[in-house]
Amino acid sequence: MTTTSGPDETLPAALRTEALEQLLTERGLIDPKMIDGIITTYETNVGPLNGAKVVARAWTDPEYRRRLLEDGTAAIKELGFGGFQGEHIVVVENTPTTHNVVVCTLCSCYPWPVLGLPPGWYKDPAYRARVVKEPRAVLSEMGLDLDDDVQITVRDSTSEVRWLVLPERPAGTEHLTEQELVPLVTRDAMVGVAKVAAP
Amino acid sequence: MSAPLDIEGPAAPPRSNGEFVFAEPWESRAFGMVVGLYEAGAFTWPEFQAALIARIAAWEALAAPGKPYSYYQLWLAALEDVLAGLRAVSPEEVTARTRALAQRPAGHDHPH
Repeated sequence: MTTTSGPDETLPAALRTEALEQLLTERGLIDPKMIDGIITTYETNVGPLNGAKVVARAWTDPEYRRRLLEDGTAAIKELGFGGFQGEHIVVVENTPTTHNVVVCTLCSCYPWPVLGLPPGWYKDPAYRARVVKEPRAVLSEMGLDLDDDVQITVRDSTSEVRWLVLPERPAGTEHLTEQELVPLVTRDAMVGVAKVAAP
Repeated sequence: MSAPLDIEGPAAPPRSNGEFVFAEPWESRAFGMVVGLYEAGAFTWPEFQAALIARIAAWEALAAPGKPYSYYQLWLAALEDVLAGLRAVSPEEVTARTRALAQRPAGHDHPH
């Protein structure tokens, strides 16, 4: 038996979470209904779709694109997205010769208001450690093969800066409207581990 | 022509773009508790983040090879660390309550 310095791993985390929620509720520190609301918000109301709308606007409106690259947080707020974990978002642009990929080496900092919550692989120790050391190999394993002459920049997120990648607009989409472009933009492209494909 | 509904509806590509955010319901509760307590001013975000980074770093330093990584287990541990530091809830209290819950008969519908 330990005099526990943390959760007792012999008991399931689900039970421990439930116990903690009960104690916090009894002490008036949380309200389970409020927690329900928070979960609903993050599961359904924020997510990659917000980021996709930002990207599609930037692809079709050069003025907006300029503002977005200049002050990401303010330009994203123009479309009504912002708030917790989105206080300071910096947008970096991928081009045919330069490629940005985002990581959080220490934990899992991620721009929630535009991308929702981070996927499993983003939080995984292997991705966090390896993408810094060998980005080309990691991207290739994830299905993105970049030519050797493409310069890769790894952007490490912190509590001060959250990165959002503005992917390249795919060739052959010149005739599409902003609304038609939105569904093409994937979360992986906005983290920089994929490119956007033409439909 | 795609209607706006195509991108707003449940079948919109971003929703099929990747895996589930929460693998199990308890993970979403652990997540919601942290955000809720933060929003209520129980702690600052950097305080929680420092606890989370410390837990992740400790796991990475000590984990046996092949041991599965559970991000939300570390998230929960970080929350407990912060609450213990605030003297709001002690780990012993959580353990005692967890043991009590473990005694419930299977399928027991507990009131909320």
